[in-house]
Amino acid sequence: MGKDAGAIIGLTEWTPKRVWDEPMFGMEACARLAAEALEDAQMDKDEVDGLVIAGLQDSPMFAPSALAEYLGIRSNFNEVVDLGGATSCGMVWRAAAGIEVGACDTVLVLTPSVPQPPKPEARKGPGKMRMPPYLGGDAWGSPQGQHEIPSGLVAATPGFALAASRYMAFHDCTQEMLAKVAVDARHNAQSNPRAIFRGKPITVDDVMNSRMVADPLKLLEIVMPCFGGAALVVTNKSRAQRAPHRPVYVSGHGEHLTHKSITYAPDLIDTPVRIASERAFRMAGAEREAVDLASMYDCYTITVALTIEDAGFCPKGQGGRFVAERDLTWDGGDWPLNTHGGQLGMGQAGNAGGMSHVTEAVRQIQGRGDGQVPGAELAFVNGNGGILSEMVALILEGA
Amino acid sequence: MVQFASDGRPLPSPTPVSQPFFDGARRRELMLQRCPRDGFFHYPRSRCPDCLGDDWSWEKASGRGELHAFTIDRIGHDPALSSRIPFAIGVVELEEGPRMTANIVGCELEDLRVGMALKVEFEDVDETTLVRFTPR
Repeated sequence: MGKDAGAIIGLTEWTPKRVWDEPMFGMEACARLAAEALEDAQMDKDEVDGLVIAGLQDSPMFAPSALAEYLGIRSNFNEVVDLGGATSCGMVWRAAAGIEVGACDTVLVLTPSVPQPPKPEARKGPGKMRMPPYLGGDAWGSPQGQHEIPSGLVAATPGFALAASRYMAFHDCTQEMLAKVAVDARHNAQSNPRAIFRGKPITVDDVMNSRMVADPLKLLEIVMPCFGGAALVVTNKSRAQRAPHRPVYVSGHGEHLTHKSITYAPDLIDTPVRIASERAFRMAGAEREAVDLASMYDCYTITVALTIEDAGFCPKGQGGRFVAERDLTWDGGDWPLNTHGGQLGMGQAGNAGGMSHVTEAVRQIQGRGDGQVPGAELAFVNGNGGILSEMVALILEGA
Repeated sequence: MVQFASDGRPLPSPTPVSQPFFDGARRRELMLQRCPRDGFFHYPRSRCPDCLGDDWSWEKASGRGELHAFTIDRIGHDPALSSRIPFAIGVVELEEGPRMTANIVGCELEDLRVGMALKVEFEDVDETTLVRFTPR
């Protein structure tokens, strides 16, 4: 990896919404995202020869070929990524790697997260975004269906709460410390015109007084599920040099996973982002101190504390103190984190929510952030899928 | 796969490999697979997750363990369990080594602590038996 790998040169991102009143089929959403991202990159569609997607509801089998046909693309590189919340970061490095090995030259990375149009016989209008609670564990033969679901370990929040309970039992971390992650995320969201919580800043007291959902996690420490969409254009070095925006290179990446259910993690609070980050920094030849901007998957406050320490930005066990004592805001913070408000502030629009950490880092490095941080040259970005199970780390650098 | 009990809650659908675990629970025995090289493992698998050997055997476990992590579901993340809130979900580390997920019962929710000593207990639900843990 490095500057011979692919560079991100264009993007688009839709404003997350609780209810999406413009339903689209997956391929229709991909077509609109592709047109917008290619416009941003000032690139002709005929230059695209790679597709990285996360599946399509309207073509559950043969998704890449169905999409290539729909978009009229002659594609040399075709990936379907299935890494939960880490899918978007996993898509980015696969696109860059495909270009580096010469499999293709320009890749569309597409994350539509919108509802399909209702079937003709449906009587209900568009509803709110909801994740099915069993997350695939109700398949016949699934160990999760036999050994987790009957006790109520479903969806995501109870699993993260399990990790939080153990972390807080052994480390210097209070609920107030974790609440600060949500407060700073909301602060940063005030700069983002697309943030679902723009106009709604919160305090530590607000977080502490919000409803307990799964001890010790409270409502304001948990992302709001939304609809939305995002896309990137990733291309080779020569094409990147004629792009209108500054190319952003994927100079390092790492990916690690060991388990689906947190019960069977090798260690509930030593997360896979440690190995993913070690690999990413080593590949990029970068030190932690060189990071100007962190864009960390923040499905819950505890996720951020664990990610900061496991990615090596502070000693193990001090993530809670770190988020409490450092200023994570875009405007004057000594450690700007999730300058777009994170998903806690912007909303979690499916895979586009995970992609928001990438799009924000790219915008910052290109100098077109909504809450622009001066001198953002090198960003640490990560994605977390499942229950602290699928972790991808990226180092993004300006050309 | 999940089936639903007559009271609406989700129940496991055992497979041929996992059936002895649930049969053991019906007899009030906590059964674990043991690999001759790598020791006990849970959940039931066709092969040892350390060496992929298939020469494991079933053994009765002590039923003792400690609370490794816990949470209390206050909202009913599974709508099929929402009538039972609030309830405790624990990760239990068994004396034999493996961890398992189970409800923690017979204890005030405020008294749950990471590290507390637990023992197994069983609850028959229709034709299935669920494994749970309680303080010892």
